[in-house]
Amino acid sequence: MPAIDVRQIVKRFGTFTAVDGISFTVEEGEIFGLLGPNGAGKSTLIRMLTTLLPPTAGTASVSGFDIVAQADGVRESIGVIPQAMTSDLELSVHENLLIFAKLYGVPRAKRNRLIDELLDAVELRPWANNQVKNLSGGMRRRVEIARGLVHEPSIFFLDEPTTGLDPVSRVAVWGMIHRVQKQRNLTVLITTHYMDEADKLCDRIAIVDHGQLMALDSPMRLKASIPGKNILEVSFAAPPEGWDRVLAALPHVESVTGQHDLFRLASDNGPVTTTALMETATRAGVAVLSLSVQSTSLDDVFVHYTGHALRDALQEPSPMDRTFMVRR
Amino acid sequence: MHRTWAIIERELRRFRRSPTLIFMSLFFPIVQLVVLGYAFGGIVKHLKIAVVDQDHGVSAVKVRELCNAVANGAGTFETIAYSDQGQALDDLRNGGINGVLIIPPDFSRLQLEKAAPRLALIEDNTDNFVSSTLAASMDGMIATLNRQPADTHRLPTQSTLDTVEVYPYVPYIQYLLPGSIVMSVFMMVMIGGGIIFIDDKARGLHEGYLVTPITKFELIAGFNLSGTIKAVMAGVVLMTVGSLIAGIPNPFEPLRMMKVMVVIVVTAFALISLMFLLMVRVTDPLVPRAMFGVLNTMLYFPSGAVYPRQGFPAWMQLISSVDPFTYAVHALKCLLLKDTGVTAIAGDLFFLVTFSIVTMTVATLLFRRTL
Repeated sequence: MPAIDVRQIVKRFGTFTAVDGISFTVEEGEIFGLLGPNGAGKSTLIRMLTTLLPPTAGTASVSGFDIVAQADGVRESIGVIPQAMTSDLELSVHENLLIFAKLYGVPRAKRNRLIDELLDAVELRPWANNQVKNLSGGMRRRVEIARGLVHEPSIFFLDEPTTGLDPVSRVAVWGMIHRVQKQRNLTVLITTHYMDEADKLCDRIAIVDHGQLMALDSPMRLKASIPGKNILEVSFAAPPEGWDRVLAALPHVESVTGQHDLFRLASDNGPVTTTALMETATRAGVAVLSLSVQSTSLDDVFVHYTGHALRDALQEPSPMDRTFMVRR
Repeated sequence: MHRTWAIIERELRRFRRSPTLIFMSLFFPIVQLVVLGYAFGGIVKHLKIAVVDQDHGVSAVKVRELCNAVANGAGTFETIAYSDQGQALDDLRNGGINGVLIIPPDFSRLQLEKAAPRLALIEDNTDNFVSSTLAASMDGMIATLNRQPADTHRLPTQSTLDTVEVYPYVPYIQYLLPGSIVMSVFMMVMIGGGIIFIDDKARGLHEGYLVTPITKFELIAGFNLSGTIKAVMAGVVLMTVGSLIAGIPNPFEPLRMMKVMVVIVVTAFALISLMFLLMVRVTDPLVPRAMFGVLNTMLYFPSGAVYPRQGFPAWMQLISSVDPFTYAVHALKCLLLKDTGVTAIAGDLFFLVTFSIVTMTVATLLFRRTL
C-alpha cells in the first residue's frame, strides 16, 4: 500500500481551479518533491493532503486513511511543516516541542526522551531554553522540523521548508531532512520552487504547473527524458533569416528553440557541437555575443514540460497570493 | 481534555512573557477610573458672577449680601461688581465670567410693595453643568430672600421633605469602579483574546494546531478558557487596586470578595464568548484593532457605568438592555456599593450565563476546522 495515494484530486476556489485532477502515489520511505512556481497548486495540494482544505473532487489517502472521511487518522500519522514560520516566538525551543507533544497526546513518560532526541537530531540542544524569537531563520526552521516529528509520525509534509533562508541555512536544512528521514525511515513529501533543492533531496519529482501534473519521475530520468545531454545557450549579433535551420543542421544537435538572436540548442555531444557552431558562425560572418554550455538541468526539464522557465513563472503573481497574502 | 490544557498552558506561558500586554490592559482602566472619577466627581466651585446693581436700595443690598454669603460659605461662585451691564455681557460672551446677575432699578421698591420684583440671571449655557449649578445656587438664594421672618409660625404650615440616605455617601470614583473592573476584563479579552487570536491566525499559527488531532471542541475550549483566565486575572487586580484607590469600605470582606469573583468570572466568560463570536471568521489583523474603539464605546457607555441608564434615549436603552456590560456593572454596583446578597444579582448572573451560552454556541457553529 502506498504511503500517499492521490487520485484525480481537484480544488476550486470559486471559478479559479487551483488543483486540476492530479494523481500520484508516494511509496513508503520515499522523498517525493512537488516542484513548481508560486500559484502552481503545490501548497493547495499539501493543504488538502494534511486535512486543512477539503477537496472539491477526487480522493486521496494518507497512511491508508481517507483525507476527508478519516481526517483524524491522517492527522495522527503525519507531521507538517507549513510554509509560514509558525513556532511560538515567545516560547522557548523546548516549550514549543513540549506543547506540541501534549497536543499530540504523547505520553508523559515518553515526552522528555523524544524531545531530547529531537533536539539532538536538529542540533538545537544548546538553545533549548532560548526563546524562539532570539534564533535565526534557519534555526527556527529546525525547531519546526523537530516540532513536526515530536509525535513520531510516519509521513512528513514540508511546504517550501527553505524559502527565505540564506544559502548556508538551506544546505543545513537539507542535511537535517536527509538525516531524520534516514534515521526514522520517514516518507517525505516536500514542495519547493528551488530546482537544486528538488534535485538534491528528492527520490522522485512531480512537476506541477497551473494546477496540473506535467511530469513525474526521478530527477535522473526526468533529465534523460528530454532531448540532449548538453544545452548550449548562444546569442548572435543580427543572425540572418533561417539561422535556426543552420543551427539545427550542426552535428549532434537534437533540437533548437529560441527566437530573434537568442537560441537554445539541445545536443548529445556539447564539445563537438560548440566547435562546429563557432566555425559556422565565423564562416557566415555572424558574431557570437555569448555562449554557455551546460549539462541538462531540472530547469531544462521544467522548460521542456511546461514551455516556460521556472524563474519566469516565479515572477508572475500567484492567483492564490491574495487569499493567503497575510499568512505568507 | 489534555489537548485543551495544552492550549491553555501555551497561552498562559505566552501571557507571562508579555509584560507590556499585562501592563497596558491594567493601566488603562486604572487611569480611566482615577481621571474620570476625579474629573466628574468634584463639586463645581468658584464660578465668577458679575453683579450689576442698578437699584442700590435696601433689597438690592440684601441680594448682594446673600451673594457674598454664598461666596464665603459654599464657594459655589464669587461675585464681581460691575457698573456697566454692557461690559458685563461682553465679558460673559468672552468667557471671562460665568454669569451676570442684574438687579434692575425699582427692585427694592417692588419688593417692598410685594409687586412681583424680578432679578435677572444671564448665564453661559454652553456648559450645562455650570449653568445648572449656577441656577440651582441662585434658586436657593432667592428662596432665602423670600423667607419672611414675620411669617414664622410655631408649627410649619407647608409640607417639607426629609431625605434619608440608605447608604453612606458614594463618591463618583466609587460609582465608576464597577465599570472600570468590567473595562479591565474587556481590555484583556480584546487585547489578550481578540487581537492575539487574529494575529496568530494571520501568522499561520493556527495551521500548526489544525494539523494535530485536536477536536473542534477542545480547540475552542482551549482558546476561551485561557482568555477567561487572563481576563479574570485582570478583573481581580483591578478590583483590588481600584477598591483601595476609590476607598470602598471594607473591600476585602471574604464573602463579598467571593461573590465579586463569581461576577468577574461570569463576566469574563460572557465577554470572551462575544469576542470569539465576532472574531470567528475574521482573518485580517486590522479588523479587531478597528473594532476596539467602537466596541469600547458601544459596550461601556450605554451600560450605566458612568451615567444612569434612565437618562438614555429609547434606542440607547435598547442597546443597554442587551449589553453584557450593563448586567456586569449592575451586579458589581450591588456588591461593591451596597454589599447586597445573591438575590440582588441573580438576574444579572442569569443574563450573563445565558448570553455566554448563546454566543458561544453560535461561534462554535461558525468555527471552521479547516482553512
